[in-house]
Amino acid sequence: MDILATAVPALSEAWGLILQPVVIGYLVLGVVMGLAVGVFPGLGGIAGLSLLLPFMFGMEPVYGLALMIGMVAVVPTSDTFASVLMGIPGSSASQATVLDGFPLARKGEAARALAAAFASSLFGGLVGATFLTAFILIARPLVLAFGLPEMLMITALGLSMVAILAGRIALKGLAAAGLGIMIGTIGEAPAAGSLRMATYDVPYLVDGLKLVIVGLGIFAVPEIVSLLRQDQSIAKGAKLGAGWLHGVRDWFANIWLSIRCSLIGVTIGVIPGLGGSVVDWIAYGHTVQSTRDKSKFGKGEVRGIIGPESSNNAKEGGGLVPTLLFGIPGSGSMAIFIGAVALLGSGQIEVGPAMLKNNLDITYSIVWLLALANVAGTILCIAASPGIAKLTTIRFTYLAPFLFMLISFAAFQSGQNFEDLVALFVAGLIGIFMRRFDWSRPAFLIGFVLSAPIEKFSNQAFQIASFRFRESFADGMDYVFSPIVIVLLIITVISVILGLRQAKLIMSEGNVASGAKRAPLIMLLVITAYLTIAVVDASTISHFNITDKIVPMVIGGLALLCCLVLLVQMIRKPEGNVIFADRELAGDDAKAPHGLWATLAWFAGLIGLTGLLGFVLALLIFLLTFFRIRAQASWKMTLILTGAGIALMCLMAWLLNRDFPPGLLQEAVDLPWPLK
Amino acid sequence: MTIAKLARHTTFAVAAAAAFALPAKAEVDFSDETIEWVIPFSETGGSARWANFFAPLLAEAAPGEPTVVVKFMPGAGSTKGANWFQDQEHDEGTLLFGTSGSTQFPYLLGDPRVRYEYKDWIPVMASGTGGVAYLNAEDGAKFDGSANGLKDKTFIYGSQGATRLDLVPLLAWEMLGMEVEPVFGIQGRGDGRLMFERGEATIDYQTSAAYLSGSVPLVEAGTAVPMMSWGALDENGNIVRDPTFPDIPTFKEVCEATEGCETSGEAWEAWKAFFISGFPVQKLAFLPQGTPQEVVDAYVAAFDAVRSRDDFDQLAAKQVGQYPVFVGDEAAQALELAINVPDNAKVFVIQWLKDAYGVEVGN
Repeated sequence: MDILATAVPALSEAWGLILQPVVIGYLVLGVVMGLAVGVFPGLGGIAGLSLLLPFMFGMEPVYGLALMIGMVAVVPTSDTFASVLMGIPGSSASQATVLDGFPLARKGEAARALAAAFASSLFGGLVGATFLTAFILIARPLVLAFGLPEMLMITALGLSMVAILAGRIALKGLAAAGLGIMIGTIGEAPAAGSLRMATYDVPYLVDGLKLVIVGLGIFAVPEIVSLLRQDQSIAKGAKLGAGWLHGVRDWFANIWLSIRCSLIGVTIGVIPGLGGSVVDWIAYGHTVQSTRDKSKFGKGEVRGIIGPESSNNAKEGGGLVPTLLFGIPGSGSMAIFIGAVALLGSGQIEVGPAMLKNNLDITYSIVWLLALANVAGTILCIAASPGIAKLTTIRFTYLAPFLFMLISFAAFQSGQNFEDLVALFVAGLIGIFMRRFDWSRPAFLIGFVLSAPIEKFSNQAFQIASFRFRESFADGMDYVFSPIVIVLLIITVISVILGLRQAKLIMSEGNVASGAKRAPLIMLLVITAYLTIAVVDASTISHFNITDKIVPMVIGGLALLCCLVLLVQMIRKPEGNVIFADRELAGDDAKAPHGLWATLAWFAGLIGLTGLLGFVLALLIFLLTFFRIRAQASWKMTLILTGAGIALMCLMAWLLNRDFPPGLLQEAVDLPWPLK
Repeated sequence: MTIAKLARHTTFAVAAAAAFALPAKAEVDFSDETIEWVIPFSETGGSARWANFFAPLLAEAAPGEPTVVVKFMPGAGSTKGANWFQDQEHDEGTLLFGTSGSTQFPYLLGDPRVRYEYKDWIPVMASGTGGVAYLNAEDGAKFDGSANGLKDKTFIYGSQGATRLDLVPLLAWEMLGMEVEPVFGIQGRGDGRLMFERGEATIDYQTSAAYLSGSVPLVEAGTAVPMMSWGALDENGNIVRDPTFPDIPTFKEVCEATEGCETSGEAWEAWKAFFISGFPVQKLAFLPQGTPQEVVDAYVAAFDAVRSRDDFDQLAAKQVGQYPVFVGDEAAQALELAINVPDNAKVFVIQWLKDAYGVEVGN
């Protein structure tokens, strides 16, 4: 009752603050800017908020909040465009959307997929906000109940989704996830700073690989290359099928799924330290498990979009809890948000424990601004989706160079090194071969994303648990096996068992033909070799820093074990067994008019030229030759498209105040922007 | 004819006068220019907040009201950006570089990746902070201004790494004879406080602004007990009570009251040296080597104007804490203090890091 007495007036004050034309105006402005930034893969809330920061100083707090929240709220909505239309995970929040969204686009149902996604996003955002309104007042004890063992278990639950996405050969999926985790451990260890698979001579590797680059490489590059080889449009036959109304109806038919996934999203979002990386996978796993006919997943099941998309916008709402109540950012964009809030007005809003006491009205304004931003963003996105869906009917050869351009630019933004482009290319190669030989790419990505949390939480929980056990055995057991841990453990075990049983039905990459032994065997040997080197490398870390070697050695060892069993199976099984899946034997890739290497060479050429001449000059040459030679476009068309591409890049870089990747030329000569 | 001639002469004269007047006045003017303030960390860290706070103020105060943009160049814990800045030379005076304690510590510890030299750079502004360590309620009750009652217990502390700013609290606790087990690998001090709030960590420290906003509510609720501040420096370089926390004893006082802890000798000298480098002179803004004096003066004057604003203290309190902002010569002196760590102090810390945590730095 006491709570109600404070909440109700604060809530009405909050509405009073929000419902002013100026505030709504700023909100819409933020939403439009957020959409503009979010549609580009790899650019998200961080880039957008950095853009707004200079204007925050001394701004009327509610206006500033409206602007920033409008921006942040729509990023998980707008990045759906890239996930569905191009198979590019726009951010960690939309990885799972790719699995079913992109196949729908290929069927010509992009508008339906987008509309279902946006309706789910909107609904998720609203459910999240409603839930938070009541929950935020009592959230503190719950958030504090999630200690390290509990977070480790949630991470494990996220990882258990590998089981369901492992593909036809479970061992291959497990090995792929293990490989993902191992790639995620490259660089300086978070605990004691030992180097894994890196040296100080290559400073780039010391910082580890970024999710943007690995995500783009594993998912986007293989799809772009494959589509480019087939020389078609994204939607097969360039026909558009079911439209946006159909998508909204799909969402409504699955409204209970949408509610459940929204609640999953908001609950996991509340827990600080996990961020968005697991939410969409857990929601996807739940969706698969709660669907009777599982055979369509990975081939364009609309429920596979509704689940993750409902959860990822709800997660943004949940993520506000640790940010506002504890002053601890749940993500990079929230960290900037906290800093920016202190710049607003005379700095009277202080994010942190005092927020609920002193600024409950502001807290509620933030929650409901988020919900309103979702509404505005969704309406804009749905309105845009039939038009944008037409992109899928364009001959892909005209889109591909722009996509190469965009993903290179996006990759470069993550670390601002030329090596970012090289890393993108290498990740792309890994992705291409994983796709070809039917190694689960989602499993790999889940492993990569969860690599750091697994290592961090298991090390830290282990250390604290060992102190507790030293105090007394009962104390230690209390700490490790809390009721929350036990519940999560049971859910995880069930989801692994169910997942493994169902995995054979879910072909996240479609059906792949099988054939001769040689090529798949080489792929396995390469992976085995890498894992062996990585494990040996980890074992050389001094025993003093056991925290830095234990995870790579254990996980690497397990993955290696999977590989060895696979090796034995490959030797024994006859040619043509599913274990020898190879996409080059039959299907779209095999029939494609262009070869893999010739197509990939274009991308390699762009990166190589960038290393010599810098990005803009390289892009100029790349676009000109690509349109003229590969696409056989007329000179007029070539010049128009090239000019448009260069202009778009320059505009984006100028707006975001970013540089372009420099090459050797730039080291030798001082050139004016944008050539510098 | 003559009139036209006269007119032409006059025009010439005016033009010539104008042409001469510019270099003679040697005034630095940044109108329509963009100053890039490069921060060698990501957008999300404390240094980003620091630069984002000063950038708009600097833009107002600098001659010609230029645009000031903050650019981020993260990598290798700021070593990458600092190495890059070492290669920059003066060019129109529109490049500013910001460093933090995390840039200073690897430099002091002889990290092999460091290829930068602070002495080459021109400091124009420096600002600092303080820090407060606090205990859980149960152990806080045993704290009597000395650590004598805290020696028979193992404390758990969420740490970002022994070679970072956490070096200062870890060494302080060790000098007090306390057994503190750091749990490494947390992302920021906020995560450390959360660990403390969950009861997993039993001791914590926060920098001043974070202590005020995040930990004071815990103290008020009775779940945390302040133990000591790191203190502040007076004009003579002595450690005195932190003016932000006049009621909290400094580490120096606690050390004096604790058996076996000494405020002299190499451990103390090492602690003090790293404390100064990490707290009172934590963040500095530099111009690249070779910058002409008038450009330096323009920046110094601008930062001086910023800190002299009537509302500066109020604005700064939330973002950077109420600590002195040094400009010009003061900043140079502050830098001197921060990087002139006696060799034996460095050797002591390097050896201690190796013995206590197995961390090998320097050679």
